[in-house]
Amino acid sequence: MSSTPSPVWSNRTIKWVDRRLPIFSMMHKELIVYPTPRNLNYWWNFGSLAGIALVILILTGIFLAMFYTPHEDMAFASIERIMREVNFGWLIRFIHMNAVSLFFLVVYIHIFRGMYYGSYKAPRELLWGIGVLIYLVMVGTAFLGYVLPWGQMSFWAATVITSLVTAIPVVGNDLAIWLWGGFSVDNDTLKRFFALHYLLPFVIFALVFLHLWALHTTKSNNPTGVEVKKPADTLPFHPYYTMKDAFGLGVALIVLCFFVFFYPNYFNHAINYVQADPMVTPEHIVPEWYFLPFYAILRAVPDKLGGVVLMFLAIAIWFILPLLDTSKTRSGRFRPIFKWFFWLLVADFVLLTYLGAMPAEGIYVTLGMWATGYYFFHFVVILPLLGWFEKPLPVPESISAAVTAGHEKEAAA
Amino acid sequence: MSTLTRIATAAAVAAGLTLGLGAVGAQAAGGGEGPGLKRPYWSFEGVFGGYDEQQLRRGWEVYAQVCKSCHVLDYMHYRNLEQIGFTEDEVKEIAASFEVEDGPDEWGEMFMRPATPMDEFAKPYENDAIAKLANGGVVPPNLSVMARARDGGADYIYSLMLGYRDEVPEWVLEHDPNFELPAGKSFNAYFPGYAISMPQQLFEGILEYPDGTEPSAEQMAHDVTAFLQWAAEPELEDRKALGRYVLVFLLVLTALLYAYKREIWKDAH
Ligand code: HEC
Ligand code: HEM
Repeated sequence: MSSTPSPVWSNRTIKWVDRRLPIFSMMHKELIVYPTPRNLNYWWNFGSLAGIALVILILTGIFLAMFYTPHEDMAFASIERIMREVNFGWLIRFIHMNAVSLFFLVVYIHIFRGMYYGSYKAPRELLWGIGVLIYLVMVGTAFLGYVLPWGQMSFWAATVITSLVTAIPVVGNDLAIWLWGGFSVDNDTLKRFFALHYLLPFVIFALVFLHLWALHTTKSNNPTGVEVKKPADTLPFHPYYTMKDAFGLGVALIVLCFFVFFYPNYFNHAINYVQADPMVTPEHIVPEWYFLPFYAILRAVPDKLGGVVLMFLAIAIWFILPLLDTSKTRSGRFRPIFKWFFWLLVADFVLLTYLGAMPAEGIYVTLGMWATGYYFFHFVVILPLLGWFEKPLPVPESISAAVTAGHEKEAAA
Repeated sequence: MSTLTRIATAAAVAAGLTLGLGAVGAQAAGGGEGPGLKRPYWSFEGVFGGYDEQQLRRGWEVYAQVCKSCHVLDYMHYRNLEQIGFTEDEVKEIAASFEVEDGPDEWGEMFMRPATPMDEFAKPYENDAIAKLANGGVVPPNLSVMARARDGGADYIYSLMLGYRDEVPEWVLEHDPNFELPAGKSFNAYFPGYAISMPQQLFEGILEYPDGTEPSAEQMAHDVTAFLQWAAEPELEDRKALGRYVLVFLLVLTALLYAYKREIWKDAH
């Protein structure tokens, strides 16, 4: 496929540049003629959406940073000034706030898409692993960003989460002091969080570049899980997938704008509009919705250190998914039992999200333990065993064969 | 199609679990022994919502005559009042009725002068210590973000203003027989813990509205809450107006993109 001929450029400037730095040929190869499986469904829209959400966040973030003041006495007021005095400051800020939710929603769908269609299996293990790394850095970035407005929830979330490191034996306390730059979350913590919050999105950007490089090396997986075998299995990226992605972007922007313009604080905790006060602890300290499943796992363990370890394992386990899934069949479409366990895992994840938002008392604690247990049971026991016991359905011999078979079925019906 | 069915099933299961647990949770938390928030009509709700300037000016009247003596409106300036329909001269006049500290002058002295429209709203107390001293150990909070800073927003503020009771009601004692109102506090059915350091503020007829509206407690609570909503979200009308254009534009654009996508894919399936 790398044998696609470079176009002959007729524009003289483009020709001149391209002979010295083949950037136009590269774009032509990777974005225009790039052979893409012809049967990708809408679940394949979410990667490009995540990329656009990242760009929206970086652009709005840069403008916010021009007006934001990282100081414990001024941060909160500087956000209010952005909302009241800066021209369209409210718009920039509300886009930034809500695009974070969009970003996480899109990325969660993207991840579970990969799990269903076995996109982590050879030869895409690195592509998948870079994705998990991106997710980890995203989590860090969003956490740091949430501290910046210096509201009550900002401050107490920062306190709760950074205090987790004190659970580490021997060095825990020193590590916490080192992280804070003092003996608690204070002005120095805020300043370093701002510096890092400005930095990490660009780290994500670089990782996304590696992600795409790996993608264009192995090519996209597809709903059948059968590798591309002949040109008839593919379509050029442009105009087929550029248009499909454009339509998907339209839908995503409608959702985003609905919240930005009409319910801009829907995902926000009201109490974060109260300035941080180290002397007053809020009744419930609840993280943003996108952290809730992992927060539920953290709290499912009575022991602090155990909880922290388990929470990290819950994400880290995605790294070794290619090892845990022993099935030879890639796509969940041809795995009759796996399918059901997959949706059970999704339901479990949603349940964990719900439990993360509830107070850690009574029935929620028990449920949290069971949901956490099942989460790990899925990866450590069910997945490896399924590969042995499950009898997969016959897999089509090629993508184009599958597509034609689909048409015949439609015609017969 | 079977994928869709399965997603629908999973979504239904998840929704069922969430709702079911929600019901259990509400009971387990023992919440709801008090009255639910009052939910009056607000002109600013919904996609087409906006402010009623007359009401905002009445709300300003309530704020200026009642709340101002204890509560600040941080981040706001007298010039902002032009947004709710006061003329430039009226705003100058309002501002001039306040004194703000300025200086130092050429003798190195701080001095007081009448405020101008460009000044921030004057603060009722010189510092938090005095504010606490005057209010039973609690600083009256800033009201300019209050409508964003409490669950329930405007409904909460409205309910709070009308939530005072002269005696501790039965339902509180049923829930907690040992409940006792600390000295200097008032009972408020909507305040967390019910014991609030702010005495009841709104009584029928404590002020006269310039536009002749009947100053009942409900009317004043409604007006001052609308005013505080505006103070918290002065951008609301611009935001919704722009949002309506953007959404119509995006809906049309996305429909076109969909049609165009189908056209391109026509032969590819
Ligand atoms: C005599 C001083 C005083 C006046 C006048 C006053 N307040 Fe208050 N207000 C307080 C104090 C003190 C508190 C803090 C109560 C507490 O935390 O117990 C408070 C708290 C509040 C709160 C926040 C309640 C919460 O959930 O924390 C609101 C809203 C409020 N006042 C609105 C008003 C409005 C509107 C007016 C005018 C109609 C007003 N106040 C007039 C002293 C006052
Ligand atoms: C992966 C990308 C990013 C994520 C996930 C992210 C996440 C967040 C979150 C959750 C908040 C808190 C929102 C709020 O309550 O206001 C925030 C605020 C902020 N972010 Fe980002 N952000 C990203 C990129 C950026 C970039 C690139 C910049 C600047 C270069 C930036 C600058 C800011 C600033 C200044 C704030 C504070 C202002 C505010 O609270 O609105 N962000 N971010």
